[in-house]
Amino acid sequence: MDFLLSDEQKQLQDLIQQFIQKDYPFDVREKLVKSEDGFSKEFWKTFSTFGLLAMPFPEEDGGYNGGPVDIMVILEAFGTGLIVEPYIPNIVLSGNLISNLGTQDQKDAILPNLFSGDMHLAFAFAEPQSRFDLNDVTTSAEEDGDNFKINGYKSVVMNGPAADKLIVSVRTSGNQLDKSGISLFIVDRDTSGVSLRDYSNIDGSKASELTLENVVLSKDAMLGEEGNAFSSIEHVVNLATLAISAEAIGIMQKMNELTLEYTKTREQFGQALSQFQALQHRMVDCFMVHEQTKSLLLMAATKLNDQAEDAVKSISALKYQVGNAAKLIGEESIQLHGGMGVTEEMSIGHYFKRLTTIRTIFGNSDYHLKKYSSL
Amino acid sequence: MNKSVCIIPTSTTNQTHKRGLKMNLSFSEEDLKFQQEVRSFIKENYPSDIKEKMDTGIPTTKEDIVTWQKILSEKGWFAINWPEEHGGTGWSVTQKFIFQNELAEANTPNIVPFGVSMCGPVIYTFGNEEQKEKFLPDIRDNNVWWCQGYSEPGSGSDLASLKTKAEKKGDKYIVNGSKTWTTLAQNADWIFCLVRTDSSGVKQQGISFLLIDMKTPGVEVQPIITIDGSHEVNSVFFDNVEVPAENLIGEEGAGWNIAKFLLAHERTGIGGIPHLKREIRRLRDITEELPLNEGFLKDDSLFMDKLNKIEIDLVSAEYTELRTLAAMSAGGHPGPESSILKIGGTDIQQSLSELFVEALGYYAHPFMSESDLLSNEKRIGPDFAATVMPHYLNYRKVSIYGGSNEVQRNVIAKAVLGL
Ligand SMILES: Cc1cc2nc3c(=O)[nH]c(=O)nc-3n(C[C@@H](O)[C@H](O)[C@H](O)COP(=O)(O)OP(=O)(O)OC[C@H]3O[C@@H](n4cnc5c(N)ncnc54)[C@H](O)[C@@H]3O)c2cc1C
Ligand SMILES: Cc1cc2nc3c(=O)[nH]c(=O)nc-3n(C[C@H](O)[C@H](O)[C@H](O)COP(=O)(O)OP(=O)(O)OC[C@H]3O[C@@H](n4cnc5c(N)ncnc54)[C@H](O)[C@@H]3O)c2cc1C
Repeated sequence: MDFLLSDEQKQLQDLIQQFIQKDYPFDVREKLVKSEDGFSKEFWKTFSTFGLLAMPFPEEDGGYNGGPVDIMVILEAFGTGLIVEPYIPNIVLSGNLISNLGTQDQKDAILPNLFSGDMHLAFAFAEPQSRFDLNDVTTSAEEDGDNFKINGYKSVVMNGPAADKLIVSVRTSGNQLDKSGISLFIVDRDTSGVSLRDYSNIDGSKASELTLENVVLSKDAMLGEEGNAFSSIEHVVNLATLAISAEAIGIMQKMNELTLEYTKTREQFGQALSQFQALQHRMVDCFMVHEQTKSLLLMAATKLNDQAEDAVKSISALKYQVGNAAKLIGEESIQLHGGMGVTEEMSIGHYFKRLTTIRTIFGNSDYHLKKYSSL
Repeated sequence: MNKSVCIIPTSTTNQTHKRGLKMNLSFSEEDLKFQQEVRSFIKENYPSDIKEKMDTGIPTTKEDIVTWQKILSEKGWFAINWPEEHGGTGWSVTQKFIFQNELAEANTPNIVPFGVSMCGPVIYTFGNEEQKEKFLPDIRDNNVWWCQGYSEPGSGSDLASLKTKAEKKGDKYIVNGSKTWTTLAQNADWIFCLVRTDSSGVKQQGISFLLIDMKTPGVEVQPIITIDGSHEVNSVFFDNVEVPAENLIGEEGAGWNIAKFLLAHERTGIGGIPHLKREIRRLRDITEELPLNEGFLKDDSLFMDKLNKIEIDLVSAEYTELRTLAAMSAGGHPGPESSILKIGGTDIQQSLSELFVEALGYYAHPFMSESDLLSNEKRIGPDFAATVMPHYLNYRKVSIYGGSNEVQRNVIAKAVLGL
């Protein structure tokens, strides 16, 4: 058994950490979040030169043959720096869908531009009633000669505002909750009948509500086989769940460090807060829960990498635990900072906000507990 | 549907007391009449524009709050806990309970406590006659907005270490220093402060309680923005501020005892139980409307279990508060027991705010600024969604302010358990 990263993976980690230290201090991040785009297109290109954007793709697609463990390494490091650039929607979700399902023409048109950082993608899979169920799809595509006509509504499309192209899950047959009958289409942002309402999220990321009204697409726009998209969707969302869990673990590590540091320097009653045993025990709990959740992360990444039979179940175990750990570490870190913890001025509150949205994204603890029990 | 337990019966029952158990949990005919009176008063007098803001989560302004509080003042229903000679109501504990519940039921703006629940009681308990005459009527009638100047950058939990200095020069105090976290100081006309008048002895000894007019030259207020994006707290700076010595409450150096008296007052009601009862019902209604797959959120049993657990916690907190109130009406003072209410109530406030976030799923994430909320543009997700996450974030404060929940535990350990 081996839990150690390869030399390349360690180098990757160091590269990102150096970038955060040098180019991505908290005040820079704050300016980016408040900017029009909500992130830096320039840094996105930097990530391309680092090889991050092409990392988890096979060589024949122009990638670096990376896998779940590499995604984990990247996102955990991103978490420590609270990097807001949209890696998960672009690369983990959309890029993987194209790479896994695309025709050669589709790949040629998209992947080189994605890897160079020139093109942005978003994956629209959620609907207002679907909550976390990927099979709950009402957006419909009706066949109309050589074309499809699409009608429906997709909610909270991550990276929607920057996306040049959207991948949309639609129902081509069957009932609302059927796993079969779901198909994917690649839709250009400016196609007639497509409207996006862009907005900011509380964690600094950007998203859109997507309305599709009589959007006419040719059969060439379909990604993968008709009616058979569900298992591919599930696969990329599992990867994304691993990725966002890794990000959470990076965030938790940073929050624990910040809190420890703060309580060592802040004095009340003539001593450092860190001297109060009531607080020491709580920091110990936060430390332990981070370590234990990280163990699950390594387990799940390895299982996904090896395509183990229980890989999906281990992802649910991980996300369930990430949700619980995020609550504990997030809320305790704020509490131990006292009033300073709730100020916009300190970074701790911003880590807290991202950690809080991660609790929900791709399914909260309740959802994954139920899923775990059912598997 | 799942009904809430009827926390307090709304009809009278024929009580059969068994074995001398002298407990009565029902309202008398008179109480019920009173309840009707309060209810119809609110119905007739609660301005519809303020109600609409409250119901749709649009931030209320200073003017809205003052307007509503003045409506209560004019009716004589504002300073309900004060002695009757100063304009109190003389209501029984049950009547006060009913009144608070009706206000919360109708979703009226929270009463700003700094004048009526904090400074007022200090002045009628420790102030001299001139001070009572000068300050109490304006508090009762809502002509003056007060804020609380206790905490300082270096003195939070260790409040007694405070450094803002007041030096006596003739018939004036010269005040220098800074206060922080001052809630709604941007609206305030006056601030009540703990200041240091003596640094020679034990830290608790040299503290005095001083009232300062915010318009005095040398007072400066700077906003602090919190993680929910709102401006609720401030820093207040004092640079050679001249304060008439007659604004000192009690003796010089008596400030700590006054502060402790006030802290106990601050903590009763800090649990916000009446409001929570309404919120829990609102969340229950929401579970029947929020679509989940082919049904509604109420079909999610794990979610409903959590809602019901919070409700049980709420019932225990409510009955604990009622016990405390009953003890007070039998002549006791709010003592360290009120620390239990503070911890219990704020725990529930926080868990409920979290459960609203969970109810919404992804739709808790979109962020709307104050100007977005005020615009007529359609909101993202369900109408009530926009304020849910900000509320969760903002409510991290409730376990920090008013004496943090750790400090409250220290108080219980020391004063109740005798440790
Ligand atoms: C807005 C705000 C609200 C707060 N709410 C509360 C609250 O509700 N309850 C609460 O307890 N704290 C509250 N605090 C915190 C604050 O009051 C203290 O943290 C807490 O009371 C413990 O302080 P202490 O140990 O200095 O005081 P104490 O427990 O009063 O004092 C410790 C020792 O100091 C000595 N001492 C105390 N008083 C005197 C005196 N007058 N003269 C001489 N010696 C004295 C005694 O030896 C005593 O044993 C609040 C703080 C703020 C800023
Ligand atoms: C939104 C908001 C509004 C406020 N409004 C007002 C106001 O209007 N007026 C006013 O005067 N103040 C106000 N306060 C200040 C509030 O009372 C203080 O924040 C509080 O007393 C805690 O002080 P601190 O923030 O300095 O935290 P610190 O005292 O630095 O505490 C940091 C952490 O250490 C813990 N801790 C400290 N001492 C101990 C101990 N002995 N044992 C165990 N744990 C300990 C605390 O509980 C906390 O978790 C407000 C605060 C907030 C957040």
